Amino acid sequence: MTTTPVLEAIDETLETQGQPPVNVIYEWLTTVDHKKIGLMYIVYALLFLVVGGFEAILMRIQLAIPNNHFVSPQVFNQLFTMHGTTMVFFMGMPILFGMGNYLVPLMIGARDMAFPRLNAFSFWISAFAGILLYYSYIGGSGLYAAGSAPDVGWFAYAPLTSKVFSPGHSTDYWTLAVLLSGVGSIGTALNIVTTILCMRCKGMKMSRMPLLPWLYLVMSGLVFVAVSPLTAAQVMLTLDRYLGSHFFDTQAGGSAILWMHFFWIFGHPEVYVLVLPAFAFANEIIPVFSRKAMFGYPAMVAASVSIGFISLSVWAHHMFTAGLGPAGNTFFVFATMVISVPTGIKIFNWLATIWGGKIIFAPPMMFMVAFLFQFLIAGLTGIMLSAAPFNWQLSASYFVVAHFHYVLVGAIVFSLFGAFYYWYPKVTGKMMDETLAKWHFWLFLIGFHLTFDFMHVPGILGMPRRIYTYEAGRGWDTLNFIVGIGAIFQAVGTLILVYNMIHSYYKGKEAGHDPWDAWTLEWSVPSPPPSYNFAIEPTVNSRRPLWDLKHPEDPDSDYE
Amino acid sequence: MTTITTASRIPIDGPVETPWKLPYRGTIGMACLIIAESAIFIIFVVAYIYYIGKSLSGPTPAQVLELPIFGTICLLSSSIFVHFAVSSLRKENYRGCTLNLAATVLLGTIFLATTAREWYHLIHDEGLTIKTNLFGTTYYSLVGLHATHVVVGLIMLSLVLCFSLAGLVKEEHSEKLEVLSLYWHFVDAVWVVVFLVVYVLGR
Ligand SMILES: [Cu+2]
Repeated sequence: MTTTPVLEAIDETLETQGQPPVNVIYEWLTTVDHKKIGLMYIVYALLFLVVGGFEAILMRIQLAIPNNHFVSPQVFNQLFTMHGTTMVFFMGMPILFGMGNYLVPLMIGARDMAFPRLNAFSFWISAFAGILLYYSYIGGSGLYAAGSAPDVGWFAYAPLTSKVFSPGHSTDYWTLAVLLSGVGSIGTALNIVTTILCMRCKGMKMSRMPLLPWLYLVMSGLVFVAVSPLTAAQVMLTLDRYLGSHFFDTQAGGSAILWMHFFWIFGHPEVYVLVLPAFAFANEIIPVFSRKAMFGYPAMVAASVSIGFISLSVWAHHMFTAGLGPAGNTFFVFATMVISVPTGIKIFNWLATIWGGKIIFAPPMMFMVAFLFQFLIAGLTGIMLSAAPFNWQLSASYFVVAHFHYVLVGAIVFSLFGAFYYWYPKVTGKMMDETLAKWHFWLFLIGFHLTFDFMHVPGILGMPRRIYTYEAGRGWDTLNFIVGIGAIFQAVGTLILVYNMIHSYYKGKEAGHDPWDAWTLEWSVPSPPPSYNFAIEPTVNSRRPLWDLKHPEDPDSDYE
Repeated sequence: MTTITTASRIPIDGPVETPWKLPYRGTIGMACLIIAESAIFIIFVVAYIYYIGKSLSGPTPAQVLELPIFGTICLLSSSIFVHFAVSSLRKENYRGCTLNLAATVLLGTIFLATTAREWYHLIHDEGLTIKTNLFGTTYYSLVGLHATHVVVGLIMLSLVLCFSLAGLVKEEHSEKLEVLSLYWHFVDAVWVVVFLVVYVLGR
């Protein structure tokens, strides 16, 4: 341990502990510290996770038995619209940006993000967007008079969103909320890229940077080229609705197909915007719990960058049923299938990292093993759907719903939960309760498979998505009931996680600097890290600086 | 003097092979913004091109649009002046910097005025609004989006001009002014695309 006379004492005066609550709230509202903003992103996203999850439960209750009248068709439309919009824009994006905000500066040895005030702006504009979306429940005054949430589906196809078919303001709330969340996302992405390119500590060449910042770099680059088109399309939709322009107005020659293109130019890369951080967590957690250096670091970087590029050329696989013509079909089928090559490289690298390692099955690793397995299956059903003839049969069926939930929940959420267990000790200084973690894992795993394995089957049997009820005797009844049961398991598992997070904050064991014996820079500072992160800006000479410090006999350079 | 444990356990002052220099964050940040903005403009340009000749009613571009040669010359030459402003600031020629900034703002304002006149003519004399047809829809949104960027650029340039007149802009700010000039160059480059699409291809 290096000892130097430094400013550690100053940190104590900055502590908010023992201050009156007003000061603490003021401190959080006005903070520009990347760690506080990261945590606010995460807490805000978790609130929306609960809300979006609640909407999902209501839908599953409605669909659990045939001919159910638990909610009306109008409410059901609002539920799936709000569930999708919430989970993508107000849970997925903010929680991943929150993790990135917290971790990227720590992992590259920086004291903060490149633009701390822009960071705060991006967070608050995103938070405002989420509140705006939910304000529609009060101020929507949609088709059925006062208070109505958006009901146009999360991809809001034209001309359903035009004034004629969506009178009132519910669709306006949707448009503006998505537009503003896009502004926030672009701001944060800009900040992450600039931080990574301009703020790395001495000696951290790009080839020595941990894989998490690398993947966040690719993800943020994708945000520029994917979220911006959506923002542009939302501006057009707003012009249509408020100034009477005709972009998506089929009556005046406008094109509904154009909206589909614009939306999916965003929509498909968005999947990779969400999944790249999940890969990033796996890249940090799997090596640490296998006690080995990451296998194939350059291949991993190359695969991530090529996924970023290829994902820009596959969007129309969401539009096979709209009719693209033989040339378009062939191109998009091929491009979509090609993307499984770099993805496969990643899976092989993770397996090779685990291979021959001394695996420790702590909660983060348990979630990672489930992530690997489920991501593989999600990828395989993805390849099935990428074949245009298969897609014509099953487009807009529950098979599609099951496929993308396998990606979003089976891969992304599992990886995210693993990341929670892995970095929680760093953020709070306390270990999470392992028994509760295992309960969470098994309940969520069982619930996930009950719900989403069985959801594929009604899709193959012809059940379309977004129907609010169905007749008995089509072979969907039992399956939908099982799907509903699984949702309850998942909800209970998630509540255990939330309880565990609060419980461990007060009752957990002290974690110390480095509870997992890991090797990236964030584990070299105290838990929780002081507001300036590093008292002395670190210098690194390898990819695993902390490993070299702890194991001088086995330097990291042997693995590069 | 008491010795306490540092927050960082990483060896300090370890050997670093090359002098450690990373790019300026303002430049990278602006480059990111330009990429994101380009994506937005591309979508509007695609919509414009897609809807060329698809209007169900008149007026058509050929009937009402005239080439805005004068405004274009003004805007494009303002790019040169903002470049001179940066280079004179680097050489600590503060007077030259102020004059070049003033020329940039003036030329940008003239461009904006020509756009405003064009819009007045189209709305007042030709009766073309954003509601009229697909041409009106795409024309006003694309040109308007560009004009919005010009306005934002002019506000920032005018602020710098005010600071410069007050004698507050010094050589150490040249990197920051360069970031602003990047934005202005971007706005000009977009105009070239808009000009080609709206006034050449679209007519
Ligand atoms: Cu896709």
